[in-house]
Amino acid sequence: MPKQPTQETTAPIVIENPWERLRAFTDARIGLGRAGVSLPTKQLLAFQLAHAQAQDAVHCPLECQALADELTQALGLNTAPLSAHSRAEDRAIYLQRPDYGRRLNEHSRQTLQQAADSGQRFDLAMVIVDGLSALAVQQNSAPFLTALYDALGRDKNEWQLAPLTLVEQGRVAIGDEVGALLNADAVLVMIGERPGLSSPDSLGLYMTWGPEVGLKDDRRNCISNVRPAGLAYEEAARRLLLLLTEARERKLSGVTLKDRSEDSVLEGGSSSTRNFLVAD
Amino acid sequence: MAQTYHTTVGSRRYRFSGLAELMAKATPPRSGDRLAGVMAESAEERVVAQMVLAELPLTTFLNDALIPYEQDEITRLIIDDHDAKAFAPLKHLTVGDFRNWLLSDYATSEALAAARPGITPEMAAAVSKLMRNQDLMLVAKKCQVTTAFRNTIGLPGRLSTRLQPNHPTDDVTGIAASILDGLLYGSGDAVIGINPATDNVAQSIKLMRLMDDVIQKYEIPTQSCVLTHVTNTLEAIEQGAPVDLVFQSIGGTEATNRSFGFDLSTLAEAEAAAQTLNRGTVGRNVMYFETGQGSSLSADAHHGLDQQTCEARAYAVARKFNPLLVNTVVGFIGPEYLYDGKEITRAGLEDHFCGKLLGVPMGCDVCYTNHANADQNDMDNLLTLLGVAGCNFVMGIPGSDDIMLNYQTTSFHDALYARRVLGLKAAPEFEQWLAKMQIFQDVSTHRLNDQLPAAFANSLRHLPKGSD
Repeated sequence: MPKQPTQETTAPIVIENPWERLRAFTDARIGLGRAGVSLPTKQLLAFQLAHAQAQDAVHCPLECQALADELTQALGLNTAPLSAHSRAEDRAIYLQRPDYGRRLNEHSRQTLQQAADSGQRFDLAMVIVDGLSALAVQQNSAPFLTALYDALGRDKNEWQLAPLTLVEQGRVAIGDEVGALLNADAVLVMIGERPGLSSPDSLGLYMTWGPEVGLKDDRRNCISNVRPAGLAYEEAARRLLLLLTEARERKLSGVTLKDRSEDSVLEGGSSSTRNFLVAD
Repeated sequence: MAQTYHTTVGSRRYRFSGLAELMAKATPPRSGDRLAGVMAESAEERVVAQMVLAELPLTTFLNDALIPYEQDEITRLIIDDHDAKAFAPLKHLTVGDFRNWLLSDYATSEALAAARPGITPEMAAAVSKLMRNQDLMLVAKKCQVTTAFRNTIGLPGRLSTRLQPNHPTDDVTGIAASILDGLLYGSGDAVIGINPATDNVAQSIKLMRLMDDVIQKYEIPTQSCVLTHVTNTLEAIEQGAPVDLVFQSIGGTEATNRSFGFDLSTLAEAEAAAQTLNRGTVGRNVMYFETGQGSSLSADAHHGLDQQTCEARAYAVARKFNPLLVNTVVGFIGPEYLYDGKEITRAGLEDHFCGKLLGVPMGCDVCYTNHANADQNDMDNLLTLLGVAGCNFVMGIPGSDDIMLNYQTTSFHDALYARRVLGLKAAPEFEQWLAKMQIFQDVSTHRLNDQLPAAFANSLRHLPKGSD
């Protein structure tokens, strides 16, 4: 039987794992140690915190007014962004009815129609959507758009931008309806991605050429994981502009636009490509 | 010619136009059926549908195909492979009688195994809709399905695990680190299986070699699998890659599988190709399939059926190709199909029961996403219930956190909890290896070694620089 820890002995209750230092090579939760065969309290609570943050990210509402003010100031907009809402009334409905999250409610349709009644065509409509993480949108959309506006301003092409739009309880495809109503040739959706345990704040970018209601995913191009600990704002803006430029030239988007360097092998991030488990 | 079913309860008359509608409305509630618009409109209507379903003869399912024979190769597979002789002892039963028979002392493990080829997925789905969770567990435990490749999986009193060392960039050191962590927690007897970050042939071969090297060096009685598209694995086999198991996600309708980019002939070709490699030592089951309720609706290929019936039909696909492992990835699809812990739990038990009844070596990815209304306690419950029900295998991942697929599944620790609390063991060949390698001090009481086993201590000396 193992010794019971008492004041006289220092036998540990928690068994640490001697391979804990392998955590330097991966974000996976390895080398956690154990109490018996179970998670030590410290590791249990670290997990619970990460899950709590991810759940809060899913359920916290988008603070539209604060974000609109921030964007107006950061981007030097002349008019405040448009506000819209999907057909999903609240988060519970949103989570169960993806079809409702893909369409604007009637009031929002009218708002956007009025905004576009001059009939002017735009090169690009930009739509900020809460998606599954309002946190991601709240934290990353202003700095990302600042980088994107900067890149667009320096581009050889001139970009006529439709009014910026914020959408609550939306899914990716709602951008197609917004883009179509605003008479835009292309639409960019910036949306909160499904939170991971270590990434509650990941912003996804989806670009569609020729937006209209009913398009499927094969018509979109995606850039994922835009956030301080993921893809940097400037790099995301640079990649997006490449996609936008090609879409504009070829008048298409989606799988046919994809960079087809298909058989590339990922080399990973660590210094070695050798498997230490089989080194002799 | 769809038959209409009527019944009257009190003053209210209920009408179900066709078998598909009756099956859907008899299904315990879940968000995917609501999304599809096939769910019962009230709690009473659901139970009424169950009562009508209970009165239906099992032979109904042989005469009234839910998806027409001419339209769907899986319907053809189900009907053409049906064994009338095995069905003979059941053919006089209604669905309600069938539940009684399954629970009765007549339905021994031997009787259930003999009846398998006579039971169709629709019969299994129908009877499951009348069963409580305890019924699903009790009958599943009687249905033993054992398979083998380099070890034997599914023996009574055993619970195996898939070691899932996923990494967001397929980094070799990162993957090797997770494999080491898993092995030292006794995980990996079902398979060491990687979901690749990039889905192409060259990447898959790189990962196959990585795992094969580890299995060979440490002489581990287990098998590896890269969860890439079946056509990629076929190409890898042609290029001489060390393929143990061929993976594919499968669904219960031809249109679902077409949306996944394969048909039944592709799977037949893959099974035959992997068989020619002759890499198994104690058995020849070479396929690994994954399923999950909601995949047909998600592919807009459900033909108006409820999602649980579609799922059961996927097991007809699985059993045709003699898999080593079939895994229902129950909570991965999200809350629009299974809303919360209660719906995920019910679906996990249904899938395990239907699979086992049909003779499929069923395991379960006990899991959830962060937008589902579920947490670790729900996973503890389902893991325990599946352990009680005799589930063949579950997943094992470091700290429950899949950093590549961004969802939570069972951890290495969780599997040891289940083995301890339920007195279950790893696959026998693997269990011997765990003892031999001194990973456990005492494998029979699940006491891990407090020290690093010698063979692995040596490997840690070969870590890349920057590790200290």
